[in-house]
Amino acid sequence: MSIESLFNALPGAVSQGLIWGIMAIGVYITFKIMDIADLTVDGTLCTGAAVCVVALTGGLPMWLAILLALLAGMLAGLATGLFHTAFGIPAILAGILTQYALWSINLRILGGANQAVSADKYDLLTSMRYLSNPDIPFWKNPLVMTTIFLVVVIVLLYWFFGTETGSSLRATGANPNMARAQGINTNFTKVLGLVVSNGLVGLSGALLCQYQGFADINMGRGAIVIGLAAVVIGDVLLSKVFHNFALKLLSVAIGSIIYYVVIQVILWTKLIDSNDLKLLSAIVVALFLAVPYWKSRFFSKPIKRGDAKHA
Amino acid sequence: MLEIKGLYKTFNPGTVNEKRALNGVNLTMESGDFITVIGGNGAGKSTLMNAIAGTWPVDEGAIIIDGINVTNLPEHKRAAFIGRVFQDPMMGTAATMGIEENLALAKRRGKRRTLLPGIVKTERDEYRALLQTLGLGLETRLTSKVGLLSGGQRQALTLLMATLIKPKLLLLDEHTAALDPKTAAKVLEATDRIIAQDHLTTLMITHNMRDAIAHGNRLIMMHDGQIILDIRGEDKKKLTVEDLMHEFEKISGEAFASDKALLS
Repeated sequence: MSIESLFNALPGAVSQGLIWGIMAIGVYITFKIMDIADLTVDGTLCTGAAVCVVALTGGLPMWLAILLALLAGMLAGLATGLFHTAFGIPAILAGILTQYALWSINLRILGGANQAVSADKYDLLTSMRYLSNPDIPFWKNPLVMTTIFLVVVIVLLYWFFGTETGSSLRATGANPNMARAQGINTNFTKVLGLVVSNGLVGLSGALLCQYQGFADINMGRGAIVIGLAAVVIGDVLLSKVFHNFALKLLSVAIGSIIYYVVIQVILWTKLIDSNDLKLLSAIVVALFLAVPYWKSRFFSKPIKRGDAKHA
Repeated sequence: MLEIKGLYKTFNPGTVNEKRALNGVNLTMESGDFITVIGGNGAGKSTLMNAIAGTWPVDEGAIIIDGINVTNLPEHKRAAFIGRVFQDPMMGTAATMGIEENLALAKRRGKRRTLLPGIVKTERDEYRALLQTLGLGLETRLTSKVGLLSGGQRQALTLLMATLIKPKLLLLDEHTAALDPKTAAKVLEATDRIIAQDHLTTLMITHNMRDAIAHGNRLIMMHDGQIILDIRGEDKKKLTVEDLMHEFEKISGEAFASDKALLS
């Protein structure tokens, strides 16, 4: 386990972090902006990947395959949204239901437990095999390609959440009572938030299956935890510096990259068996989620006297 | 402007917690009426307001605002006609959004929300001028998060938001109850000014009998989900707290039971 092997593995870890970063931004939208814990994503990631792989192997052009993956993700979000709003099922349970159903749907789409999409046969947008291939043009390097996607996603979301509709989504997450009193249909905004979020997760799945060269029925398992990890790592490390909304989205992607680099380092040290990674991830996420709570409980500063006059 | 006919609402029907909160409420408000609503704990004051706002469907009866039957309209659609300020200062604003963003949301009440920018430059000047009228120094803090404001500042802001688009009906649900007396007076003063300026048809719940007498042109008292007293015009001007207590005991046959009303 030379230091060289670690350095060689880092570009791959960063690429993965970037791809998962798009998914994590989807999680950020539901978890942080809409105040919904959406567990659909575990299924949606695979749905996006499955749709993309099947579309590509079926001979559809790349842009269409990506678009279909995005739409498939949005449909999954729509299902959860309708379970939640039209059926009145608590959001967390609605997400679990959709995710559960997606297992069967994903198997149907894939036609089996996994399907390959080889970089040899198809002109993929991104692949881990392009990482160390000198014949591949610069922009096809996964680091560059995934960064382009990430930047486009952040720019589009920055625009969207600044619009009247986007503001109504933020208001719904911040205070649904106030939103309704201001004439916002909170059922609609919740569904829309879930649709946008899961669309991004589907897109992330489409990039991930190309990157790793296959789609697998298990590829989304635990995605929500990785997404949350990225969100909380980005938040804890960068919330003091990044105040602009676009930068907040960027901090989620950075959180995701950090997560994958740290995992890579941990694997490199061989201190931990790779089978124990999920346990470790869960503990790390739990601790990071606990930080703001513990801070407020045990380290809250006494209120200054001067503030009282504004009460 | 507002017509309420035979309104009934029972919470938790068929259970031990069954509570008949509205028991046949009839009320007609003329355009420009400013009605203060008083009543003991559990009299149905807030329930009446939530029924008008559409927080949940009523069991029976009709609510008509300016000729439009809104009884079956969902809450967010009625919001086009109604401005609301809640008792809880946290309820009326989005804490994690800026002052100007909150106002911009209110500016679009009753309109389709498009993919155009959520706030445009010219609005900021308008908001700055409006905030100045409150005299709370908020005009220099347009981008501050509302969560950083005090309860009184948040209520004043909510009041602005409720009246930014002139509502056909303004509902104030004990909106100064959670504030200290000085701030409460300030918010009430702003309330009076805005209502007079825009000739707003207003329904204001208050636990303070003196406030109920001092404000508005009409006073109603609720008890057990019904309106038991309706005083207007000259009669209201001559009203005293003792009169009200006496009337209440005469009609209901019991002592006026509201700790807050008696203590304040």
